Amino acid sequence: MGMTLAEKIIARAAGRDSVRPGEIVTCKVDLAMMHDSGGPRRVKPILERLGAGVWDPQKVVVVSDHFVPAVDAESAAILDLTRKWTAAHGIGNFYDMQGICHVVLPERGHLKPGMFVVGGDSHSPTGGAFGCFMFGVGATDMAGVLVTGETWIRVPETIRLDWRGRLGRGVSAKDMMLATCARLGMDGGDYQAVQYTGEAIATLAMSERMTLCNMAAELGAQTGIIAPDRVTADFIAAAGGEAGDIDRWQGDADAACRSVHEFDADTLDPQVAAPHSPANAAPVAAYGNVAFDQAYIGACTGAKLDDLHMAAAVLKGRQVAKGVRLLVAPASTRITAEAAADGTLATLTAAGALMLPSGCGACAGLGAGVLAEGERCISSTARNFKGRMGAQSAEVYLASPYTVAAAAVAGRIADPREFLDGGG
Amino acid sequence: MGGQGGRAWVFGDDIDTDTLAPGLYLKRPIDELARHCLEAVDPGFAAGVQPGDVVVAGRNFGMGSSREQAVEALRHLGVDAVVAESFAGIFYRNAFNLGLLALICPGVGRIGGGDRVAVDGEAGVVRNLSTGETWACEPVPAHLMDMVRDGGLVPHLEKRLAARR
Ligand code: SF4
Repeated sequence: MGMTLAEKIIARAAGRDSVRPGEIVTCKVDLAMMHDSGGPRRVKPILERLGAGVWDPQKVVVVSDHFVPAVDAESAAILDLTRKWTAAHGIGNFYDMQGICHVVLPERGHLKPGMFVVGGDSHSPTGGAFGCFMFGVGATDMAGVLVTGETWIRVPETIRLDWRGRLGRGVSAKDMMLATCARLGMDGGDYQAVQYTGEAIATLAMSERMTLCNMAAELGAQTGIIAPDRVTADFIAAAGGEAGDIDRWQGDADAACRSVHEFDADTLDPQVAAPHSPANAAPVAAYGNVAFDQAYIGACTGAKLDDLHMAAAVLKGRQVAKGVRLLVAPASTRITAEAAADGTLATLTAAGALMLPSGCGACAGLGAGVLAEGERCISSTARNFKGRMGAQSAEVYLASPYTVAAAAVAGRIADPREFLDGGG
Repeated sequence: MGGQGGRAWVFGDDIDTDTLAPGLYLKRPIDELARHCLEAVDPGFAAGVQPGDVVVAGRNFGMGSSREQAVEALRHLGVDAVVAESFAGIFYRNAFNLGLLALICPGVGRIGGGDRVAVDGEAGVVRNLSTGETWACEPVPAHLMDMVRDGGLVPHLEKRLAARR
């Protein structure tokens, strides 16, 4: 019996020839990633209690993204602590206010197929898009990793999501994930490894694959993963990293999976998830006249360069509807520069978008763009839990950047395909 | 976890972290929070549970948020082990890291409330001392059992680091 990709990575990290699902093994961690919210400020007291330092500062990446830029004395103090702690521990890979951790990590060439990576954030499965086994841990776990360079793991089973066909125009990875959440539910992942396979995945760009793996968190999976291919290797090379041997990091054809779910990309329509769960998703046509106060294009899962291109394709030559505010927070400073260079930012701002800093911002309810009581927002983020983006009674609908942009122009839920060239 | 075993407190499927550590009391000290542990499904639990007792549950125990207080509340009440058909992933990790033995044990939901139960994590066996029935579960490796006995990851590391010095 062969092994899945996830099992192969865990076996390698555990120093074993093979592992079986359900086994508990100890793995050497290749890389640990933390951000300003869950990172230094939470692990510092534990490390101090232990009187211990960081096992290998070269293998730690710290990104400030949740509280940037500081909006009050409290957030300023958290950032200050983050800067001082990383300096004191000799952590050279510190990206201060340069974008959201899950996007910055691969953008700077830190991920390579076959790596075993932990992240101090629930959307850490994003790294699975690069053929890594990457999962989110809490502060106690992270402190243990920082001190020992190891962590224990119960080998998950693999659940395969097989996507046939190709996405149509105006349909994206976000739509795939919202449809998946609706079908499998928010516990459909059962803390196992979700692997995305099929023709539709092979034709997706890395940024779209990142969205799929990112939202494995919304399925309750431990991680999401995609086997590396040429597209992966090219992205890593362009980021200044080294892809290594991508043939080694493929699952075996005879590996056992817990289950295989089949999906059809050809027939997928743009999806919208109603409050207060990503699993409340339905095709855009299922909604009546839902009007919005705010449209938000941001977050690790909704503001990468391809996401901004999607929004721009809808907004080009159009204006945001009266009474709606469109806020755009590119996922990293590098993406902002690229979008400035290729004219995307000009398209967005000409349509009436207000540009916000790169960071978690309104997605985490911590930065600019939070909602008032009773307000309604359509957002390209990953979660629409009650109160997450601001006031408790605010309502957040989730959709792709195409659909968020279409709603910003129409002032209500609209099918983005009606706004694309040659569509309608 | 000795030969006498502990009393079984039996719960159903999908016990969530709000039931274990109600949000209303999250900001209160742990002894106050623990008094409300599981009260939504068994109001007598927190007052009646004795050190060494065992929580037995169905599927998806500890589902919901990542709050570590869900484990802390059980530990504070003296619960050393939870045996369930399955666990929510983050709860499962938190349990071991905070010194609570979590055993995955298919079929265990048939244990009766109040039965005396003995749990052997290393061997992967749960015994119902009242009826003589036994269940096989996934054994826990020795090094993880050491961590549980030390009271969790942080005290375990403290001990390891002290031994190295
Ligand atoms: S952008 Fe949102 S989902 Fe992504 S890391 Fe930040 S808070 Fe989490």
